[in-house]
Amino acid sequence: MTLEFILGHLNYWLFIILMMTGFYIVVSRGNYVKKIVGLNIFQVSVFMFYISIGKVQGGTAPIFPVDLNIDPNVVYSNPLPHVLILTAIVVGVATTALGLALVVRIREEYGSIEEDDILEIEQHIQAEENSEHGSAMGGRA
Amino acid sequence: MDVLINLVLFGMMVTTALAILRMRRLFAVVMLSGVFSLLSALLFVTLDAVDVAFTEAAVGAGISTVLLLGTMALTSRKEKMPRKFSPIPLLVVVVTGAVLIYGTLDMPSFGSADSPAQTHVAAQYLERTPKDTGVPNVVTAILASYRGYDTFGETVVVFTAAVGVLILIGGFARRRDEEEEGTD
Amino acid sequence: MRHHLILRVITKLIVPPILLFALYVQFHGDYSPGGGFQAGVIFAAALILFGIVFGLRKVKRVLPPWLVIRLAAFGVLLYGGTGVVSLFVGKAFLDYSALAAYPKDGQHYGIIAVELGVGIAVATVMVAIYYAFASRPPRINDEDW
Repeated sequence: MTLEFILGHLNYWLFIILMMTGFYIVVSRGNYVKKIVGLNIFQVSVFMFYISIGKVQGGTAPIFPVDLNIDPNVVYSNPLPHVLILTAIVVGVATTALGLALVVRIREEYGSIEEDDILEIEQHIQAEENSEHGSAMGGRA
Repeated sequence: MDVLINLVLFGMMVTTALAILRMRRLFAVVMLSGVFSLLSALLFVTLDAVDVAFTEAAVGAGISTVLLLGTMALTSRKEKMPRKFSPIPLLVVVVTGAVLIYGTLDMPSFGSADSPAQTHVAAQYLERTPKDTGVPNVVTAILASYRGYDTFGETVVVFTAAVGVLILIGGFARRRDEEEEGTD
Repeated sequence: MRHHLILRVITKLIVPPILLFALYVQFHGDYSPGGGFQAGVIFAAALILFGIVFGLRKVKRVLPPWLVIRLAAFGVLLYGGTGVVSLFVGKAFLDYSALAAYPKDGQHYGIIAVELGVGIAVATVMVAIYYAFASRPPRINDEDW
């Protein structure tokens, strides 16, 4: 592990640290709004990782001069990841909106957006249904 | 110099993410997520992705913050007291992170011009765009022309997500209920 | 938001430039950073800002909900329609070279048409989502913030 290797890979590791912070928010917190914020952090970290693959050292943004007089000495970064991530960001906000709409509906049905509360309510409903079926079967089930 | 700027931005982003993890007032969480998006937009600029930075600044700091605030207004303002600390999520996250970092060890180092990502189609796109389309912004040329199918699909996905949101909370269900009540 | 005088004045000043900037980003996307996705989002941001400060009723008078949904569909159809036009001229789907006498001109027209479709679709989708969220009766009072 030379210093050069570490400097060349430091960016990737930092992206992964950010990604994992988002992941930890998703799995450890019970509040649905917070879970979605965590998912957003995760998503943006993936985007940054992807874009960093297209970066060329000493390069510039892949936009030519208007008159298309391209200086062959200028290095341009890889435009392909930019295109893919550009559309992914807008799709990401649209799907986030869909998730938030689900959260709103969950709140209206259950009166809560905490995972613990909802699991409790679900268990309650399940128990009630079971006892209902049980009495319908003559108490044998 | 580049490394220094990146490190400072990273420091700020990690701090923001940790603050989001710790905070229980959702208003602060939502605002910090907007800050996080703005910082990531700055990072995109240092990575030469100006188009992406542009989009991220408008989407992340603008629209998604508004949507999160709207959801908050419709639900609740505070997170419940967190559950008792359990080691399993932390373990899962640490293991996943370790595996991912192990995976990066094989990758070409950051910014190298001879990595596989740079040597295949990228050069072709940069070379052909002025001849084929005459559009100076290569990102636009790829987005709309070379990868037109892809973008068409993405547009349809955005449209579909909107249809989904409208079906869930757009008031279509309510209108049907009212009609049913009217026929009763 | 009737009592926030500063917000109201600043919003009035700032909304028209944002809309203009969105149009610039839309139609200058070939030459500088920008394009349909960014322009659509910026356009929607201006309308949402107007809606937040001046109330949902007023912004719905500018862009009624029935029009928003139809425009979103129109944007997607404009994109697909451009592809179908090039099909009819005898080229592949979404091959814009068919749209004009010279392939380069055709590419230019095609990119502008397609980006316009994307811009309209994205802007109206964002506004539609905002309408959906903002039209629900809120659970938190204005004072509780």
